[in-house]
Amino acid sequence: MQYFDPHIHMASRTTDDLQAMALAGCVGVSEPAFWAGFDRSGLDSFRDYFRQLTEWEPKRAAQFGIRHYCWLGMNAKEAENLDLSRQVIATMKGFLDRPNVLGVGEIGLNKCTPNEVATLAELIDVALQGEEQMLFHTPHLEEKYRGTRMILDLLHADARTDRSRVCIDHCEEQTIRVVLDEGYWAGITLYPTTKGTPERAVDLVEQFGVDRIMVNSSADWGPSDPLAVPKFIFQMRRRGQTEANIRRVVYENPLTFFNQSRNFQFKPAE
Amino acid sequence: MPNRPTATDILDCEFLVIRGKLLEVAAALDRIDRGTGSTDGDARRENIRKTLALLGGDPADSGGKASRAEQLQLIFSLPYEREWRKAQ
Ligand SMILES: [Zn+2]
Repeated sequence: MQYFDPHIHMASRTTDDLQAMALAGCVGVSEPAFWAGFDRSGLDSFRDYFRQLTEWEPKRAAQFGIRHYCWLGMNAKEAENLDLSRQVIATMKGFLDRPNVLGVGEIGLNKCTPNEVATLAELIDVALQGEEQMLFHTPHLEEKYRGTRMILDLLHADARTDRSRVCIDHCEEQTIRVVLDEGYWAGITLYPTTKGTPERAVDLVEQFGVDRIMVNSSADWGPSDPLAVPKFIFQMRRRGQTEANIRRVVYENPLTFFNQSRNFQFKPAE
Repeated sequence: MPNRPTATDILDCEFLVIRGKLLEVAAALDRIDRGTGSTDGDARRENIRKTLALLGGDPADSGGKASRAEQLQLIFSLPYEREWRKAQ
């Protein structure tokens, strides 16, 4: 089955991964800008990273028939540094019109500090001013619930927010209900240790249906699995879900969500 | 949804998985107890105790309550203060 991985950090993955993904049916990925695993030394590192996401990674993926899109932003971990964040946001603006950019992301919270909140509020303002779609990173483990609620509070406080153009990612059992009830898209991340498993993702689909739900691998430089989405497809089949439902979650939903972005162009295979 | 399996089908499928995971939890708790010193007063121990009580409780979905998985996640979550912006 053809599928999208709507959240994967290809910059940290090998061409072998791209090949395995293509063989498993992947036709497109979207790569949000994130932390490198260490704090970058300054603005130039971010500028090069944005070039990598908009120039180099699309070419690398294209060799395997995979369309590569991306999201640009200041990640929550480095957002603690307010000076650097302001410089990164100014630089980011110059990249938003590049052809594979879907919007601003992944932005969000990590430890939910006042500095993180200040940077996030600025990023949301830039996105809303430019009518950009947004992709949100929600914190891990014990921070996830309050961090997700705080992100929703920030979005609700701005009347310009169009919830149908916002994805709240890394949703789990304690957060997906409020995200969907409030009209946002919900991303479920299949991550071996700290987030969801394919089995629990199917549990959420059984309870909440297939509307506005996407699943992703968030595969990066840590323990993670670039083939997590096909494993979810397999688990959906085992649990008796229809092919139409499976296709809706892994293919049609990402297409519908991405299609709201002015730069998104995708021609499905005949 | 078509082909919805019965509860017994699911139990057949999950029984050994559940048994194995519970055994790992029991053995890990024993391992902690064999360690030197004590974890009395450690909030993580209390949260583990709460989740074990949750798992031993009634079917979670009766009466519109959150699922066991959702309740367990909330036990391991920091509290959300509605008025958080005033504190910042
Ligand atoms: Zn990510």
